[in-house]
Amino acid sequence: MSKIKVENLYKIFGTVPRKAMKMLQAGATKDEIMEKTKHGVGVNNASFSVEEGEIVVVMGLSGSGKSTLVRCINRLIQPTSGNVWIDGQNIMQLDRNELRDLRLNKLGMVFQNFALFPHRTVVQNTEYGLEISGMDAAVRREKAMEALSLVGLEGWEESYPSQLSGGMQQRVGLARALALDPDILLMDEAFSALDPLIRRDMQDELINLQEKMQKTILFISHDLDEALKIGDRIVLMKDGAIVQIGTPEDILTNPADEYVARFVETADITQVLTAETVMKKSEAVANLKTDGPRAALRKMKTNAISCLITLNTAHQVVGVVTAEDCRDLVAKGERDLNTILVKDPVTVLPDTPAAELIQLIYDLPYPLAVVDENNKLKGVIVRGRLLAALAERGNIDADS
Amino acid sequence: MQIPRLPLGEGIEFIIDFLVDHCAFATKALSAFLEHGLDLLEDGMLAIPPIVFIIIVALLAWRLSRKKSIGLFALLGLLLILNIGLWKATVSTIALVLIATLIAIAIGVPLGIGAAMSKHLHKIIMPTLDVMQTMPAFVYLIPAIPFFGLGKIAAIFSTVIFAMPPAIRLTCLGIKQVPPELVECAEAFGSTRSQRLFKLELPLAMPTIMAGVNQTVMLALSMVVIASMIGAKGLGGEVWKAIQRLQMGNGFEAGIGIVIVAMILDRVLQKVGAKKRS
Repeated sequence: MSKIKVENLYKIFGTVPRKAMKMLQAGATKDEIMEKTKHGVGVNNASFSVEEGEIVVVMGLSGSGKSTLVRCINRLIQPTSGNVWIDGQNIMQLDRNELRDLRLNKLGMVFQNFALFPHRTVVQNTEYGLEISGMDAAVRREKAMEALSLVGLEGWEESYPSQLSGGMQQRVGLARALALDPDILLMDEAFSALDPLIRRDMQDELINLQEKMQKTILFISHDLDEALKIGDRIVLMKDGAIVQIGTPEDILTNPADEYVARFVETADITQVLTAETVMKKSEAVANLKTDGPRAALRKMKTNAISCLITLNTAHQVVGVVTAEDCRDLVAKGERDLNTILVKDPVTVLPDTPAAELIQLIYDLPYPLAVVDENNKLKGVIVRGRLLAALAERGNIDADS
Repeated sequence: MQIPRLPLGEGIEFIIDFLVDHCAFATKALSAFLEHGLDLLEDGMLAIPPIVFIIIVALLAWRLSRKKSIGLFALLGLLLILNIGLWKATVSTIALVLIATLIAIAIGVPLGIGAAMSKHLHKIIMPTLDVMQTMPAFVYLIPAIPFFGLGKIAAIFSTVIFAMPPAIRLTCLGIKQVPPELVECAEAFGSTRSQRLFKLELPLAMPTIMAGVNQTVMLALSMVVIASMIGAKGLGGEVWKAIQRLQMGNGFEAGIGIVIVAMILDRVLQKVGAKKRS
């Protein structure tokens, strides 16, 4: 069962949404409807789900309906039609009290402009949710302090929000949501108001926290790099409708349409492409036990390369042999590759981002081996191939 | 053809007469009760030796405003009033203003909250306030008499009506000015309506509400002169007496007394309001 499931959700802003709704379903665009009925389309037939423990980023330009969509999930905005299920419970059918309980117990929310209460101290802000749930003062203080230490704000609890920097204020916002220990975090452009360096720190921190907490997170963002970095999956929106749902790589390498393609053009591809995407899966290798220098030379010749990654019988990378050394070995009449093996070559794990690969490969005289945790060879990256992948935005045939 | 004159005044008179016939027994009883309370307050304040009273007020002004200059001003101002023999009148005025303000706030602030929370109430209250504020203050004196009889309570009644609008307006404004994203946040965390009001809106509206209270006090003070026409004594009564006898000096003395009381109250209340803001 999905943690959150949204089905055919519509939100029309205006007094008589029914007419606009009909036009929308007949295929009219947002602008046409605005012109003819003066009704705004917030969300247009959105359906998607979020699994437990997953971070889904809803992304789109401003006005694409992403903030409206997230507010429909806790019904801060009442959807015009459609259904939202949380843990199998249809929240469209909840009455006011049930809705309040749901918000209090399951849905934490973090806001773009922090929305901290200026008249309350940091710790009083953090314990707000616990306070209105009627929790005993001492217990809630303790929980609030725990949440504050989770986001690294010990020692600031008696300060007022106005005394804190933007990054710290948003940590309070995060702590306030976490203090209630909700299953689901709704984060509405949570880091957008922060300057780029702080934003990156906060993204890293969220990823770290998520490893510990395993919450279900629905994150709204207009920043593609942010979406690519933190999202397990990305939901791309345009004019209130969802245009594509997929993993960051899906979105980058197989944009569903022109709009997505234009959107992803600006993405920092080096953060998304990984060693696994750009590596060549079948590359000639030397086998330490069975291959001699002649065999190695022949393999190099057929593949037009000047060195070979060498494996042991367990398919583990043990080193590299070069053509020059092999020729010397042949001249000497010896055949043990061990004597010319360049040991401990540089290897990377499959999920290493391309940005790191560029630095590694820059002055490496031999190809970069991609290995799994047991040092077994998964693939090989050569310089030309990496550059080609970056130039083609990952759209290269895996075995070319 | 001549359009007959509409009997507007007659109609209003009829309504008020009707109310007087049927409600005056209650308002008169209330009047007697309030009068008793007001007398007690006045007597209590007069029982304290003036010098002690003045020092207490000066100290309070200093502590509340955290400014020595205001404390000093209160001390000198009140000593001047004592010196020119207006002490009793001043105490009577302060008691009247205090009671009137308290009543105005007790009615005005909840009405302001109501107007902020309910659109319907807002639509009823705002035009009523416009009438209350533009109607010449003297007019309130006329119906006050049949309901409460000549004297201090009728004065308090008209003062309350005259001084209440800013308390209502600014309370409403203060609540409406709470940033919508904070309201949304309170909602997102599952606050009830009263939790939202008491934990978010009222604390944030407090500086604005205090500004309204300040205005109410000032208006109440300005009304005491007018209300003296229907038997409120105090400093306003002194001014009224001076007008009738064309005693310029006495008139100004009492006038300066009112100014001194007003300035002390205003400065102290402003500081109390501003302190909440920071």
